[in-house]
Amino acid sequence: MADSLVVVREVIVVNSEGFHARPVMMFTDMAKLFRANIAVTNISQGHEVIDGKSPMHLMLLNAPKGSQVRISAEGEDAEAAVAALVGLVQRGFVDEAQ
Amino acid sequence: MMEILRGIAVVPGVAIGEAVMLDAEEYRIPYRTVSQGAVAGELERFDEAVVTSIDELERQSQWLNTHMGRDAANVFSWHIGVLSDDNLRGSIQTLISDRCYSASYATSTFMRNYQRRFLQMSDPLLVERIRDVRDIERRLLRNILGDSREDLAHLTTPAILIAHDLTPTQTVQLTGTLVVGVALDVGGATSHTAILLRSWGRPAVIGLNDVSTRVSGGDTVVIDGSNQLIVANPDDATLDEYRNQEASFIRLSDELSTLKELPAVTGDGVRIQLVGNIEFPPEARISVEKGADGVGLYRTEFLFLGPEGAPSEEAQYEAYRAAIIGAGGKPVTIRTFDLGADKYTQEKRYEQERNPMLGLRSIRYSLANLEMFKTQLRAFLRASVEGDVRLMFPLLVSLMEFRQAKMTLHDAMEDLEEQQTPFRRDIPVGMMLETPAAAMQVKEFCREVDFVSIGTNDLLQYMLAVDRGNERVSRFYDPSHPALLMVLRDVIRACTRAGVDCSLCGEMAGQPLYTLLLLGLGLRTFSMAPANVPEVKKLIRLVTITQAQRVARRALRLETERQVTNYLRAETKKILPEDPF
Repeated sequence: MADSLVVVREVIVVNSEGFHARPVMMFTDMAKLFRANIAVTNISQGHEVIDGKSPMHLMLLNAPKGSQVRISAEGEDAEAAVAALVGLVQRGFVDEAQ
Repeated sequence: MMEILRGIAVVPGVAIGEAVMLDAEEYRIPYRTVSQGAVAGELERFDEAVVTSIDELERQSQWLNTHMGRDAANVFSWHIGVLSDDNLRGSIQTLISDRCYSASYATSTFMRNYQRRFLQMSDPLLVERIRDVRDIERRLLRNILGDSREDLAHLTTPAILIAHDLTPTQTVQLTGTLVVGVALDVGGATSHTAILLRSWGRPAVIGLNDVSTRVSGGDTVVIDGSNQLIVANPDDATLDEYRNQEASFIRLSDELSTLKELPAVTGDGVRIQLVGNIEFPPEARISVEKGADGVGLYRTEFLFLGPEGAPSEEAQYEAYRAAIIGAGGKPVTIRTFDLGADKYTQEKRYEQERNPMLGLRSIRYSLANLEMFKTQLRAFLRASVEGDVRLMFPLLVSLMEFRQAKMTLHDAMEDLEEQQTPFRRDIPVGMMLETPAAAMQVKEFCREVDFVSIGTNDLLQYMLAVDRGNERVSRFYDPSHPALLMVLRDVIRACTRAGVDCSLCGEMAGQPLYTLLLLGLGLRTFSMAPANVPEVKKLIRLVTITQAQRVARRALRLETERQVTNYLRAETKKILPEDPF
């Protein structure tokens, strides 16, 4: 049961530069902390599913401010992963420490 | 089909050879596929190149973080992310193992495809990422292929190098290869590439626009530097004619090389100092070999142009030491970093300045980055024990700046004293005079500096409000402008009266067209690209100061650049009738 847990949530991109260099790196660095597979889709653009741990692919997300993005995770820590990543996007990619 | 293309000559003379193309992305991919047995080797080369590239980026990123803040360092963090991405490595490795692609071809193919995906994006900022991806590709290719010189080193017949552009590093690497001439698409007469091509000394024509698409590798190409053109695939008659010219040009070059031992003395016994402008330490020895009396300008900012990024104190110390030793006891003048306005540093910046020429560059940049500046000064002071050196600050606009820079030098001296590291205390400290403000305050500056070097390249830019690197306006950039002649007259006179050593290190110092004029205005030290020393020396030995003064007086009365150029050309031709200049 825990192995194939799939968690899906949607979130709006709020920061002014959208998914640019720094946000992409923050997102993938955080995604890599979890064991679950992370998939990201820019719903405002289409259905292409992008690997959330790949800086190369995530740059192609083309999600400027205002885009609706779907984050899904599959694996035993899927819930924690999605919660963390959604929080990051909602905060506008600001470090929690700041 | 014979084709004639016209451009700007930076070095006169004739060279004939087989065309060798450097492709538009700077790296010549030697072969596309390899045999099955070589696949393992290619995979290894690729893996090593990835590791080296990440390493370089991490080091540059650290430097940027310390000196320019976190935002600047972030530029590279995505590069590192991409290079570390398993998808990238996996895809390229698959191309190598499944299709027997060479490491370079696999990398190039994959990165081009990846680049293309950004072209479909709606967000204009994302299109900027294409530049990043190209940069990553170039870095990987550089680490896979090693020096591009490796290719040029394997030439077996004289070759003419054809490219879109050449980086300074590539230009310096031409020495010692069988490349006998260069033709480029881009470039203005006083760009950094032009300066280095002159230093290299072989026939070169640039600004040809599209030569890299019109000529194929293997075509016979003639560089006709004297007529500012190249001929691709000449017919028999044309080729014969050029072979004759090539022979007499070689004879002329040999004649000039015999001048090496002779002093630059005018007909009426006045000794003139001819010194070299250099960008890299090995050129110090080259200057002396060409008969120069030393190094008049060592442009230290070229230390920034390697893949290592900002040079450490040790690296700088080694470079300055090498230059001083290379000059074999003759004096060397080292200029502190003149960074910030050239495209290389601008490209590396996170936020490009709108007016780099008028921005935080050169001495201002140094004074705003004291740690970097002191590092350079410490390296310089440590190297000063090796010989006869002078220090020069660029782009000074006010006395305050000079005093601040000198204070920083004294701070650096104190540092070294505390560490008991030896250095020379009595180093002459001077200025590059290259702004109208400094020209107008030359008398005041003369009271505080030990010497003055007139940088006509930038001085002329600021005076005429022209960017010499901008091909659209570079035709307005003309050292024959009467305003410059007036300023030179006044500055040289002021220095002479104050007893302050005055030299000129802009391009015009190395152009025979201006030798008579400058001599006549009172200039006694000329600093130029080493390749120009023999010809200027030849001219100096054939004239008297009296003659030169007459020419200068006459030239100062003319109203337009064209009149000045025509007059100087006519006067110079009387003395050197056959020489092309």
